[in-house]
Amino acid sequence: MEMIVFYAAAVLAVISAGVAVAHRNPVVNVLSLIVTFFCVAVTFALLGASFLAGAQILVYAGAILVLFLFVVMLLNAPTVEGDANERPVQRVGGVLLPLALLAGAAAVLLAVTLAPAAAPVEGTPHALGRLLVGPQLFAFELVSVLLLAALVGAMILVKRKS
Amino acid sequence: MWAELAVTAAKLLLIAVGLLTAIPVMVWVERRGAAFIQDRLGPNRVGPLGLVQPIVDAVKLFFKEDVTPAAVTKGLYFLAPMVAMFVALATFIVIPFGAGADVTVFGVPLKGLQVAPDLEIGVLYLLALGSLSVYGMVLAGWSSNNKYSLLGALRSSAQLISYELPMTVAVLGVLLAAGSLRLDVVVSQQGDRLWNVVPQFVGFIVFTVAAFAETNRLPFDLAEAETELVAGYHVEYSSMKFAAFFMSEYMNMVTVSALLVTLYLGGWTFPGHRALSGWPLLLLSVVAMLVKIALVLWTFVWVRWSLPRFRYDQLMRLGWKALLPLAALNLVWVSVGVAKGWL
Repeated sequence: MEMIVFYAAAVLAVISAGVAVAHRNPVVNVLSLIVTFFCVAVTFALLGASFLAGAQILVYAGAILVLFLFVVMLLNAPTVEGDANERPVQRVGGVLLPLALLAGAAAVLLAVTLAPAAAPVEGTPHALGRLLVGPQLFAFELVSVLLLAALVGAMILVKRKS
Repeated sequence: MWAELAVTAAKLLLIAVGLLTAIPVMVWVERRGAAFIQDRLGPNRVGPLGLVQPIVDAVKLFFKEDVTPAAVTKGLYFLAPMVAMFVALATFIVIPFGAGADVTVFGVPLKGLQVAPDLEIGVLYLLALGSLSVYGMVLAGWSSNNKYSLLGALRSSAQLISYELPMTVAVLGVLLAAGSLRLDVVVSQQGDRLWNVVPQFVGFIVFTVAAFAETNRLPFDLAEAETELVAGYHVEYSSMKFAAFFMSEYMNMVTVSALLVTLYLGGWTFPGHRALSGWPLLLLSVVAMLVKIALVLWTFVWVRWSLPRFRYDQLMRLGWKALLPLAALNLVWVSVGVAKGWL
C-alpha cells in the first residue's frame, strides 16, 4: 500500500518537474512546480515526517509559489516561442550540467554501501522541536539571523527605489 | 482493518453530508437574517418561512446555461472551481466535532468524532490546506482573461496571505497553552480548565477578525466588491461552476467557525460534561458543538449586514499594523503565562 502511494507520488513528481522546466506557458510551469512540491510532501509523510510534510505545503505551495504566480501573472510573462538557435550555450549547458550532477550522485550512491539506519529518526512535531532547541540550537539560531538579514536587505532594496 | 476503514468512511460521509447540508441552511439564514436586520421580510413564499427557497435556488443553478467565454485559458478555467471545492471539503477532517474516546462501534474504538484522530500535525494540516485556497481564486481570476477578475484575484491573494499571518500567530498561542498541535488535545485541555477565550481574549479577537478576512466575508470582501469589480474573480463563471465557488465559500465559513469554536470556545465540551460518558456524552457533545458553531455562524451573518466594506488600504493597515502586533503580544503573554504556570 505504502509502496503504491510512494511510486505514484514519485512518478508524478518527476513528470511535473519535467513539465515545470519544459512547458512554454510560465503559469503552467509554476502550477506544475506546485504539484511537484505536493508529491515531495507526500514522500515526507510516508517517511513519517508529518511535520515536514505540513510545513512543505504551508510554506512552499501555500506561500512562496503564490508569490511566484503573482509575479508571473502581473508581469504577464509571454509564452516562449520555439527557437532552438537563440541561446545554444545555455541549451547545451542546461542538458549537460544536470547530467553531470546525476552522474556524480550515482557514482557516490554506487560507491557507498548504505548502512542500515541506526535509529529511526522521528519526524513528529515533538521530536523535531526537541531536536531544534536541543542539539541543533546553534544552527537554528543561525538560520534565524540569516532570515533577519534577508528581511532587512529586502527592506533596504525597497526603500532605495522610492 | 476493514472495520476501521468503515468507521473512518462513515465519519467522512458524516462531515461531507454535514458540510453540504450546511450550505442551503446558511443561505436561508443569511437571506432571512439580512431581511430581519434591514427590517423587511426576505424570502417567504416557497415553503413555510421560505425554508424551501435554497433548494429552489440550487435547482435554478443546476439548470442554468453553462457559458464558457471564448477567451478563457481552458484547462485552468475548469481547474479553479475544483481547487476551491477540494480545499473546502478536505480541511474539516482534523476538527473533533464530538466526544467518543470511550465509545466502540462494532468492536472498533471510535477515537472521538474526528476523521483523522491520529494525525499528529492536526491544525498544521488545516492551515496548510487552507493556504491552498488562494490558488482557486488566483487561477479563476487569471484564466478568465478579464481585468475585473484579475484585479479581484490579486486583491484576494494579497488579503489572504496578509491575514494568514496574524491568524497563525494567534493559533500559536492556543497550541502553546495546549502543548500539542492536535485539536483533540486542545479541546480536552479547555475542558479541564478554562475556555481559551478568557485567558487569550486578544488572540480570540485577532483570530475572529482574520477569519472574516480569510473567508472573504464583509467587511473584508474586497475580492468581490460588487461596486468596483462587478463580482471579482468569478465574474466569468456561470451555472454550477459559479455555484462551486459559492458553496466553497460557505463551507469555508462553517470550517473556520468550527475551528474558532475548537480553539477558543471549548470545542464540544459543555458545563457538566465530565459527569457523562459513552453514548450520552457523544450525542450531547455533538449538540453542544452544533449550537456553538451556529452561534458563530450567526455572528458572521450579523456582521455582514451591519458593517460597511473596508477600503483596501484600511484592510492592509489593519492586518499588518494592528492584528499582527496584537497577535504577537498575545503570544508573548501566553508564553509568560505557560512558563510561570498561570495558564
